[in-house]
Amino acid sequence: MSVPRFWRKQLARYNLIGTHCKKCDDYFYPPRNMCPACRREGEIEDFKFSGKGEVMTYTVIHTAAEGFENQTPYVLGIIKLEEGPSLTSQIICDPKDVSIGMKVSPVFRKLGQDGEQGMIYYGTKFVPDKC
Amino acid sequence: MRDVAIIGVKNTKFGEQWDRSFRDLVVEAGVGAVDDAGVVGGKIDSMFVGNMSGGQFVEQEHIGALIADYSGLAKDIHVPSTRVEAACASGGLALRQGIYAVASGMDDIVIAAGAEKMTDVPSAKASSALAAAADREWEGIMGATFPGLYAMIAKMHMHKYGTTSEQLASVAVKNHHNGQHNPIAQYKSPITVESVLKSIMVADPLHIFDCSPITDGASAVVLAPADIAHEFTDTPIYVKATAQASDTIALHDRRDITTLDASVVAGRRAYEMAKMGPKDIQLVEVHDCFTIAEICAIEDLGFAKKGEGGIVTQNGETAIGGRIPVNTSGGLKSCGHPVGATGVKQAIEIVEQLRGEAGKRQVDGAEIGMTHNVGGSGATAVVHIFSRNR
Ligand SMILES: [Zn+2]
Repeated sequence: MSVPRFWRKQLARYNLIGTHCKKCDDYFYPPRNMCPACRREGEIEDFKFSGKGEVMTYTVIHTAAEGFENQTPYVLGIIKLEEGPSLTSQIICDPKDVSIGMKVSPVFRKLGQDGEQGMIYYGTKFVPDKC
Repeated sequence: MRDVAIIGVKNTKFGEQWDRSFRDLVVEAGVGAVDDAGVVGGKIDSMFVGNMSGGQFVEQEHIGALIADYSGLAKDIHVPSTRVEAACASGGLALRQGIYAVASGMDDIVIAAGAEKMTDVPSAKASSALAAAADREWEGIMGATFPGLYAMIAKMHMHKYGTTSEQLASVAVKNHHNGQHNPIAQYKSPITVESVLKSIMVADPLHIFDCSPITDGASAVVLAPADIAHEFTDTPIYVKATAQASDTIALHDRRDITTLDASVVAGRRAYEMAKMGPKDIQLVEVHDCFTIAEICAIEDLGFAKKGEGGIVTQNGETAIGGRIPVNTSGGLKSCGHPVGATGVKQAIEIVEQLRGEAGKRQVDGAEIGMTHNVGGSGATAVVHIFSRNR
C-alpha cells in the first residue's frame, strides 16, 4: 500500500472511525461518503465504533500474501461489530482457539511496513475477549 | 435487438507456457476461431479482448490495440479493438460486449477473446496481482489472499449447512475426472478425495487441491447475426441470454457471505431473458476457482437447494451422466484458470458440447447449456445461456 493511500484513511484505521447515515440510521465501516441505500438523500456523519464485535467467519492463512510471509499461520476473520457493519481483520490468538461467534475486542497493532526502511502501517486488529 | 450466434471457436492449450508470449497465445486463439468460422480478416467489424492484469503479469497495457496489431487487423483495415476488464470475469464480459455489438446492429462479425499470461512472474507476484480484484485498502492490507476470502466463505458454509471437507474435495475429484478427457487441460491426472485432503493447507479449510492453478492461455469466439450464421457454419450455436450483475467489492459487506448475490441476480436475469429455468439447462460451466465456489454457484443458479451443493456433488448428481453435469471441461480446477480467458473458454466448452464435438466428455443429446463467470470474490457475475436451436 502506498503512503498517500494509507494516510488518507489513517484516522479510520487508528480509531475505528466510520460513518453513519442519519436518514437510514445505518452504520458503515470502512467509512463511506455516500450511503449505499438512500444515496444522495442521505446525511452522512462520522461515527466512532466501540470495536466490540464477534467473529462471523474466519480462516487460518498458511500461504501468505506478499509482505505477510513471516506471520504464518495467521488468523484472518470477518468481525461483525455490535453497531452492525462487518470488517476484515486479523485476530490475534492461537489458531486452535478461534471459533465462529467468539466475542472480540480491538487492539492497536502494526499492520505492515513499506520495505525495510519504509513507513510502518498501524491499524486495528482484534483479540478474543476471554484473553 | 438481433439474435446472435457463435460461428467459430478456439482455445489454446492451457498451462505453463514459458516458450510462448502473451501475444502468441491470443493470436493463436483468434486466428483459430476465425479459421473455424471461415471468415476473412476484412469482414471483421470489431473485437473485444478480456484481460484482467496484463499490466502486472506482463507489464503490458493497451492490450486491445496490441492484439489487433499482431492479428493483422490494425494496419490497413484498422478494426476497432477494446480491452474489457472485470477481474476473473473479464472473458465472460468481453463475450457479453461482443454480443451487445452484434445484437445492437452496429457490427456483424465480431471477435470476443480472453487471455492471460500468468507464469512470467513468480507465484507470489501472481497471487498479489490476483488479490487486487478484492478490496486492496480494506481486505488486502489485513493480509487477505484470494484463497483466504473463499476459505472464509467455506468456513461459514460448513458452519451453517454442515458442508464437509470431503464434499469440497469431491468437486475437485469430479473436475479432474472430466478434465482428463479435455485436450487443452493443464492437469489431466485424476485425483482422489484422500489426495485432496492430504495436500498442503493454503487457507483453512482449503487445501492446495481445492484451488485452481496459475495458468497461461487464450480463448476466442467469432460472433455473427443469427440470420446469416448458416453462411459460415452448419452448426451455429445461438445466444439465448446474456446477463451480468454487480455486488460489493469486499466480502465483509455482503448480505450473506455464503451466497453470491451477483450470481443469483445474473442467473435470474438470464433465465428471464431466455424464458427458461434451471430445469431447462442440460449442462453448465461454473466458476470453480476454489471448490467452495462451485458449491455456491450451483446453489446460487438454482441447481441445488441452498446448503445442499456439497451433498449433490458428493452424490454424483453433477457428474457427466448425472442430473446436471457441471464443468464437463474440467472447470478452472483441472483446465487451469488464465483469469482473462476463463469466461470465453467456458462458452467454448458449451459450444463444443452443443455441436456434439466433446468426445469422451460429451453430454448425450445436449441442446441447452449455461456459463457462469465470477470476478473477485463475487463483485461481478456474468451468465450466458446457449442453445443449439434458435
Ligand atoms: Zn441512508
